[in-house]
Amino acid sequence: MTYVLGVSAFYHDSAAALILNGEIISAAQEERFTRKKHDSSFPINAIKFLLKDNKIELSSIDYIVFYEKPFLKFERLLETYLAFAPSGFKSFKMAIPIWLREKLFQKKFILDKLKENFSDINKKTDIYFSEHHLSHAASAFYPSPFQEAIILTADGVGEWTTTSIALGKNNSIEILDEINFPHSLGLLYSAFTYYTGFEVNGGEYKLMGLAPYGNPIYKDIILKHLIEVREDGSFKLNMKYFNYATGLTMTNNNFDELFGNKPRKKDSKIEKFHMDIASSIQSVTEDIILKIVRSLKKKYKIDNLCLAGGVALNCVANGKIIKEKIFKDVWIQPAAGDAGGSIGAALAFWHLELKKDRKAKDNQDSMKGSYLGTKYSNDEANKELDRIGAVYEKYNYEEMIDIVAKEISKGKSAGWFQGKMEFGPRALGARSIIADPRDENMQKNLNLKIKFRESFRPFAPAILKEKVQEWFDFKLTSPYMLVVANILDEKKIKFSDKSYEGLEKLKEKRSVIPAVTHVDYSARIQTVDKNTNYKFYDLIKKFEHITNCPILVNTSFNVRDEPIVNTVEDAFKCFMSTDLDLLVIENSILKKEEQFK
Amino acid sequence: MEQILNFIQFLAKKKKYWLIPIFVFIALFGGIIILSKGSVLAPFIYSVF
Repeated sequence: MTYVLGVSAFYHDSAAALILNGEIISAAQEERFTRKKHDSSFPINAIKFLLKDNKIELSSIDYIVFYEKPFLKFERLLETYLAFAPSGFKSFKMAIPIWLREKLFQKKFILDKLKENFSDINKKTDIYFSEHHLSHAASAFYPSPFQEAIILTADGVGEWTTTSIALGKNNSIEILDEINFPHSLGLLYSAFTYYTGFEVNGGEYKLMGLAPYGNPIYKDIILKHLIEVREDGSFKLNMKYFNYATGLTMTNNNFDELFGNKPRKKDSKIEKFHMDIASSIQSVTEDIILKIVRSLKKKYKIDNLCLAGGVALNCVANGKIIKEKIFKDVWIQPAAGDAGGSIGAALAFWHLELKKDRKAKDNQDSMKGSYLGTKYSNDEANKELDRIGAVYEKYNYEEMIDIVAKEISKGKSAGWFQGKMEFGPRALGARSIIADPRDENMQKNLNLKIKFRESFRPFAPAILKEKVQEWFDFKLTSPYMLVVANILDEKKIKFSDKSYEGLEKLKEKRSVIPAVTHVDYSARIQTVDKNTNYKFYDLIKKFEHITNCPILVNTSFNVRDEPIVNTVEDAFKCFMSTDLDLLVIENSILKKEEQFK
Repeated sequence: MEQILNFIQFLAKKKKYWLIPIFVFIALFGGIIILSKGSVLAPFIYSVF
């Protein structure tokens, strides 16, 4: 019995993951416990959960592995400040104290944190360090269903690396190529996220969602001035336009002059300009990724591709990789961002340091549907509901499924809290808000009355795995909602003669499932498999039985700027503060109107 | 202190000798720098540090 604990922390999306004899058994993000979105603090609550969930003490852990190397990162910082000196003093003044106080002494810091919280820490307990992109690569390859694959990782920046190519074979990972800071596809996308007024490292989804409302009219300017892209997809940014290397903003005045506007202020109106900018950078990003992927296939002639790193959360680009059929099969780590680095660090240690064998399962990854987090039994959930004074009805499983499916088919929306919480940014039917996709007002209602977020943002369809080809131009599976595909022509609704521009496009009913059809007819699909989430599967099946539609709207169970709910109490609070009609926790159902009696 | 020496050894091992005096200078004046408050994250930037 060998336990390896992987930890990612201190930048964004802190998380901890536990593997037992090479098997991923639990994982959780710290934000879910602290209720602070993208929490970067040491994941002590996540670690406590992992230990409790598996009924072990900290002393049972054999190895603790941190997901990156702080010394390498500090070396990059020193060299960057030197290269850009004397500019960058403000950033230097902010960064150095943090490093000299904490980050350079990460080993001690982590051990101290563990000692503060666990009395049984082993005197021999040591901390091991993986590398940032190796952790990403390991998180993409080791849980994948492939024995051999090319691994592409791309994000903002790790230590030095921003993009890496590796070969995964059996239990080994060999890094083949890298692109280093400051040249970064993730930071390029984040620069545009900043410029269009969204929050860096969190608002990238919004930029991607905004792109279909615009036209890529700035694409040529981006390619001419901001980035040089070579035939193999490798690239170099023109740092004349960016400020992130040593400044405190992502872009600078040169960037503003190039596009003729200042960055949009948060909460100010989104204009057509911003939509065109979003469309342009999305198109450039897709082109670069496709160029890289094509050249990898040509160069290495390997059938399978694994993806991780924040850029791998760009599901529109992922969809294009799959649609082009460049690789026979593609697998993307569901927690592709830094949280997933905790899984990768632990697995890299297991296979590369401890040299343990690996046998991939055909057609089945080892992420367990990404359901790796907290869970409640029916009794535990009801006890919690009693404690917080909620009014609820208990049902047996079949009754619960029946009632929820019927209510959803009548246009009700529900908070769906079932089984183990998801690991990663997507809600996959364990901590989800669900609704009827056929309702043409549902997107607007969910965005404005329940999620309290921008009206333009699309919702995703969760569809029975075996039905996906009947509804979408997509022949594979997408269990982690990381791929975008178009709805089939026969499900589209022909446009009226009136043509809409920008956000007005939302007014047009585009398909028979308008709540999950984006303005360009695309949808971020989740294929639901009975083997990984039978409850969600049964619910959709029942909904199909009533409506002939094997699809539900699935969006994360949270409101704007909050993490996905973790506990029964979080779910109840979210339920009560929104216009949700129902809350379904295991087999118990809460109705909104009953709570006020 | 041990970690500071470790970092110097790390730079030496990587043959990045020119960074050693710079780091020593920063470490020596670290007390002054540490006294000035550094915030964990700048508000509008990806967390590159």
